[in-house]
Amino acid sequence: MSKHPFHDVAIVGVHNTRQARVLDGHDARSITMEGALGAISDAGLEPRDIDGVVGSLASDFLFQSRVGPAWRSLSPLGIPAVLEAAMAIACGLASTVLVATGEAGSYRQHDSTAPWTRPTNEFVASYGMFTAAEFALMARRHMHMYGTTAESMAHVAATIRNNGHVNPEAVYFGKGPFTIDDILSSRMIADPFHLLECATTSEGATALVLTRADRVDDLAKPPVYILGGGTDYYGPSYQHPPVWDLGGNRRSDLVAGYVGRQAAEEAFATAGIGPDDVDVCEFYDPFSFELIRQFEAFGFCGEGEGGDFVMSGVIEPGGRFPITTDGGTMSFSHGGASVQLFQRVVRGVQQIRGECSTSQVKGAEVAMSTGGGSGALFTDVLLLGKDRP
Amino acid sequence: MTILLPQEGSIPVPQPGSFSQYYWDGCAEHELRFQRCGVCNCATHTPAVLCAECASPDIHWERSTGIGEIYSWTVVWRPATPAFVVPYVPIVVTMVEGWNLLSSLVGCEPEAAEIGMAVEVVFHQGAEGFTLPYFRPVGKLLPKT
Repeated sequence: MSKHPFHDVAIVGVHNTRQARVLDGHDARSITMEGALGAISDAGLEPRDIDGVVGSLASDFLFQSRVGPAWRSLSPLGIPAVLEAAMAIACGLASTVLVATGEAGSYRQHDSTAPWTRPTNEFVASYGMFTAAEFALMARRHMHMYGTTAESMAHVAATIRNNGHVNPEAVYFGKGPFTIDDILSSRMIADPFHLLECATTSEGATALVLTRADRVDDLAKPPVYILGGGTDYYGPSYQHPPVWDLGGNRRSDLVAGYVGRQAAEEAFATAGIGPDDVDVCEFYDPFSFELIRQFEAFGFCGEGEGGDFVMSGVIEPGGRFPITTDGGTMSFSHGGASVQLFQRVVRGVQQIRGECSTSQVKGAEVAMSTGGGSGALFTDVLLLGKDRP
Repeated sequence: MTILLPQEGSIPVPQPGSFSQYYWDGCAEHELRFQRCGVCNCATHTPAVLCAECASPDIHWERSTGIGEIYSWTVVWRPATPAFVVPYVPIVVTMVEGWNLLSSLVGCEPEAAEIGMAVEVVFHQGAEGFTLPYFRPVGKLLPKT
């Protein structure tokens, strides 16, 4: 049997800086440096151990710390960047890679929606499109096809926001608890999404350190391994009509509405496991409906069954498939264009380590972290585990 | 009663690219244009150089009937920028020729939006003199403003 592609790779450091609506005195570079140092320290490493970086702000770290030359990638968006770092280590291009990003000070006037939600493309901007409307068009189509209810979506939002309500590190700590009725009585943003079903905006940084698996014995924290991963992409986000049935030219069930399905199949195949082996679902939560869709896309339930699935008692703390346990983008943080995409991986690592101060899933050995969503035409999947593959 | 109307404020106007100029020129002439493949006959939008079905570069422009039905819709209450008057109703329309486009619904109340509703294109000259295609329920005339 051939060696697992990530046999020689481990995630050994993770760190979230303080997350807040506004981080006074910080800009993206300064808060990212804090995140980078935090992750290196969490690993029990020193800056001079870093010989690879991912992300433009991590490149700043490389220059300022004078630890170059180093391998670099400019991959920006969450799980693809983590996979690229892991591949670089597996291929011998680098031995210890820093992934870091942060945001502060770029969105302080809130009369318009956040800049990262509003692409200027000629076919969408004139119609007032932004991310909530893009994802709403996907959700509405699913409601039409399968009868998915507003209550099931609201239950997802309430569950995630309640995870943030009890998490002292969440921007919206203590703002709940929330019921389905609370969610449905918040003001409408883009039908079917009420305010409390949407991602928030905030500031903060996050970082991870990956290294060779033969180095982990000397480090500060138990290693977490990459069991598998995949990245699904249908083309540029927010430029073309968000159509559920887009795609499918290669395989009829691989339509944009189920973006992430192939990525999950690849990840599960590499890991040699299936959905039933997942202990915690750190799913990306730009909007409530996305989690219903992801459970269907990834094979946790059948097509059209996601609404009933999330209402069956499985997604709450203590349920079979607890979701987004720090509060996600709805309550924990949404620090700009990319920070929150990495934070599903960070939380997955913390769950496998067993170090979450709230909503820790007891004995979690496999975490599934995701990023992206149907309205953005991409979804990425990462399977994390306690045991070296 | 709120009857949806085209946006009259200083909303962002399209910046046509080399593929799309002919599409926007058509809108200025109140003609909705799409591309069709000379090999497999598939209709496509947004403007491209390859067929969306068979990836052939043998695609040509045609004039649309302007008739279609709503594929999906949303009613937006939090505007993307203050230039937009709410509510507005972004829709994906499936045209009778089989292509999809993003637009906004006008000429009816937002509550009337539903998947499958028959709609037809209506052109509106708005911000910076730019003409955008909107869609209204088939046969519904816009109220005089």
